[in-house]
Amino acid sequence: MLMAKKEQKAAKPAKAVAKEEKVVKVERAPAEPKDHKAHKAAAEEGKPAVAPTAPDAPATTAPATTALIPAGKLKFAIYWGNACGGCDVSLVDLDAKILDVVAIADIILWPVAMDFKYHDVEAMADGSIAVTLFNGGVKNSETEHIARMLRKKSGIVVAYGACACFGGIPGLANITDRDGVFDKAYRTTFSTVNPEGVIPQTEWKVPEGTLTLPEIYDHVRPLNQVIDVDYYLPGCPPVQERILDLVGAVVAFVKEGKPLPPKGTVIAHEKSLCEECPRERKDKRIPRIVRIHELKDDYKTCLLEQGVICLGISTRAGCNARCINVNMPCRGCFGPTPGVIDQGASTLSAIASNLDLGPDELKNTEADIERLMAQVRDPLGYFYRYTLASSLLKYARKEERPKEQGGESR
Amino acid sequence: MTHDKPDAPQAGGKTKQVTIDPITRLEGHGKIEIFLDEAGEVKEAYFQVPELRGFERFVIGRPGEEVARIVPRICGVCPVAHHMAATKALDMAFSTKPTPTAEKLRRLMYAGYYLYDHTLHFYFLGGPDFVVGPRAPKAERNILGVIGKVGMETAGQVIKYRSAGQKIIATLGGKATHPVCGLPGGVSKAITEEEREQLAALAEGSVAFSEFSLQVFHDIVLKNKQYLDLITDPRWALKTYYMGLVNDKNQPDYYDGDVRVVGPDGKEFVKFKPRDYLKHISEHVEPYSYCKYTYLKAIGWKGFVDGPDSGIYRVAPLGRLNVADSMSTPKAQSHWKEMRSTLGGGPVHQTLAMHWARLIELLNASETLEALVQDRSIVNPDIRGPIGKPGEGVGIVEAARGTLIHHYVLDEDGMTTDANLIVATTNNHAAISMSVRNAAKAVIHKGDVSDGTLNIVEMAFRAYDPCFGCATHALPGELPLEVQLKDPDGTVRGTVTRDGLMRHPRGE
Repeated sequence: MLMAKKEQKAAKPAKAVAKEEKVVKVERAPAEPKDHKAHKAAAEEGKPAVAPTAPDAPATTAPATTALIPAGKLKFAIYWGNACGGCDVSLVDLDAKILDVVAIADIILWPVAMDFKYHDVEAMADGSIAVTLFNGGVKNSETEHIARMLRKKSGIVVAYGACACFGGIPGLANITDRDGVFDKAYRTTFSTVNPEGVIPQTEWKVPEGTLTLPEIYDHVRPLNQVIDVDYYLPGCPPVQERILDLVGAVVAFVKEGKPLPPKGTVIAHEKSLCEECPRERKDKRIPRIVRIHELKDDYKTCLLEQGVICLGISTRAGCNARCINVNMPCRGCFGPTPGVIDQGASTLSAIASNLDLGPDELKNTEADIERLMAQVRDPLGYFYRYTLASSLLKYARKEERPKEQGGESR
Repeated sequence: MTHDKPDAPQAGGKTKQVTIDPITRLEGHGKIEIFLDEAGEVKEAYFQVPELRGFERFVIGRPGEEVARIVPRICGVCPVAHHMAATKALDMAFSTKPTPTAEKLRRLMYAGYYLYDHTLHFYFLGGPDFVVGPRAPKAERNILGVIGKVGMETAGQVIKYRSAGQKIIATLGGKATHPVCGLPGGVSKAITEEEREQLAALAEGSVAFSEFSLQVFHDIVLKNKQYLDLITDPRWALKTYYMGLVNDKNQPDYYDGDVRVVGPDGKEFVKFKPRDYLKHISEHVEPYSYCKYTYLKAIGWKGFVDGPDSGIYRVAPLGRLNVADSMSTPKAQSHWKEMRSTLGGGPVHQTLAMHWARLIELLNASETLEALVQDRSIVNPDIRGPIGKPGEGVGIVEAARGTLIHHYVLDEDGMTTDANLIVATTNNHAAISMSVRNAAKAVIHKGDVSDGTLNIVEMAFRAYDPCFGCATHALPGELPLEVQLKDPDGTVRGTVTRDGLMRHPRGE
């Protein structure tokens, strides 16, 4: 069958294919940050590279940079790092539209669905993959190695999903370190029986030879702290509407020669989720914090105004309020609103400014504010649910670890 | 990667090491190391899981009700199972139960999840080996190759019903991947009659689609002598214990029930309540894999061997259908009887029969689904029951890939102080390792490590539909060593230690 044959072609010893490949320089709206060094510096500082414009914004007339895209039928790679597989499922959820993708591109790596191995990709020429969709953060040496390899071989790398963009929920592991993880997993969980204290090793001799495992790192890093990233597609997982925005941009570029969005673009909306929320906001102050399982929901009013912590106020729109549509508050999987680096800090200040501090706010002391905010029992888990690894905090510093408690930075 | 390591350490003669990395068409990360002797025969093969994340640690300190929204990220292929196991653990922790309508909505979502997940496995992950062929070019051994074989009309049905399962989940849970509706005592959203009709439209035809899929299995797999020989090859069988949730008639119940274990002879070994799981299951650690290995505590860890004297058991479709006395729906019951009689009458030990069992479950879930969407009472508004004081809870469901256990300890404010998760694939990890080793020894001869041969080795783990995202949830974390018990007015009434706090202290 047609597509399978094309796949087969892609699977041929890739060096031979690589010789035929011509690389063409294509126009792209200016990068943000504009040069590689600045971008790298930003990445090292842990700043999410947030572009000022949405993909559907008018292309700027400023000097264009170039992206290297191989001519001929495109090659796409899809890979997972410290992830759950939900991003891969979100691509399968394109249903028949995934066939539109394979009509313009051969997928040359997709471990969840296809049999290509690392050595198949290693054999390909640098720059021969048009687009890599990389989901998951980086938590071990294997993921880092594959991320660097895919960067070299790809014209465009997309941080696909909340984990690649911000570290995601697995980034909450940054409240501890590798030893903390290992001790729990292999020694102290209720059901573990391990009297000899066996811990998995990166190299282990067996009678027949040596077995190796990747090194697990102390902390999760979002993709842009490891490699240069071109675009960000947030969400846990990304939603169909925004995936199609991305696919549409690539197809328009390939078929019609339209410029790609500026480097660093976040493929989502520029406003906050509150703008998409179907609930009614009355600009009422929050009298007290209510946990969702204790809420007597009126099913109409803004959840935050009913006292429930909801991150819609500080989260980028683009999901069509899927969680709120089933009466559950936003937890921020689309990441911070444009221009904001630290979603947790921005949420904290937004919520603090919505608290009802009594009839005379001017008389409230810092202690009053503290008392009200103390009702938020788990600020880290609410405000940094998806973005701890990309926040200014990044991870719990060792020196802050209370010895007996094992590293909670609360 | 598949490569030679001629300089690998020697153990009596020249050893060649072959690596399959990454293993593919499964959820999560894994690799296989195979050692060949000078004659090219397999000396040993190892299955390794190269990843670890850490959920049990970082749910500590989180509000209990939020945990059900965090743990689905253990696995994005079966997030519904994790969301539901956590929600049921919260039911127990808050001393509540879902209202009748809430339970029906949860069961409806769960049936939709089985429709999606089992369809995904048969047509996208495991099935291509049979439909396209185990030695077909690697570029064709996938859903695109399956579409090429079965045609666009059939492919349209596959896409339609996999998607229908996801849309049913999304209607009830907000998002198909990582639903959010579970709360202690119920669900967050009631449905309207209009939504019920939409759900009925999505479910319509799922039974016929499941029967069609079983027919595909009969025509393509069972009628092919080569495949049938592979399925019935004793080298591909393991005589283990089996585990699964059952209802009061000992029929598989994916959402709720008691855990039943049968021996290799098919006789009941034990049946226990979810809250007692620590009396029956333990986990073992090996130094070369980040994933642990579960075993029956009463028998113990005896290494990678099967038989009645080894504590290794299997879960997932074969586990569930082997612990069953019958099936809960008529069409599935007739296929269940046919499978049992075709493959020997008693418990089915043939690993590759897992594919057949999975499709029987697809039919069972679809029958349940079509009945539930016609139940007019699911639009009732009673979706939340009253909740009690927080404490400790265990929730067990059958994920598509096996028995899934979530266990949380909450303090008096409902904040999580400890967690233990035993996930579906961890239960099968020891058996998967043995099946991969046995398959390598059965099919690799005279140094043939061609792509097709190595793919047949991979078929050994694919039968289990493993999810190593799930299995590497593992978690770092410490339980507070002491907890103070306070009266509502804050007076300290006493202090309990970890062992005293747990209903099932370790080592009990």
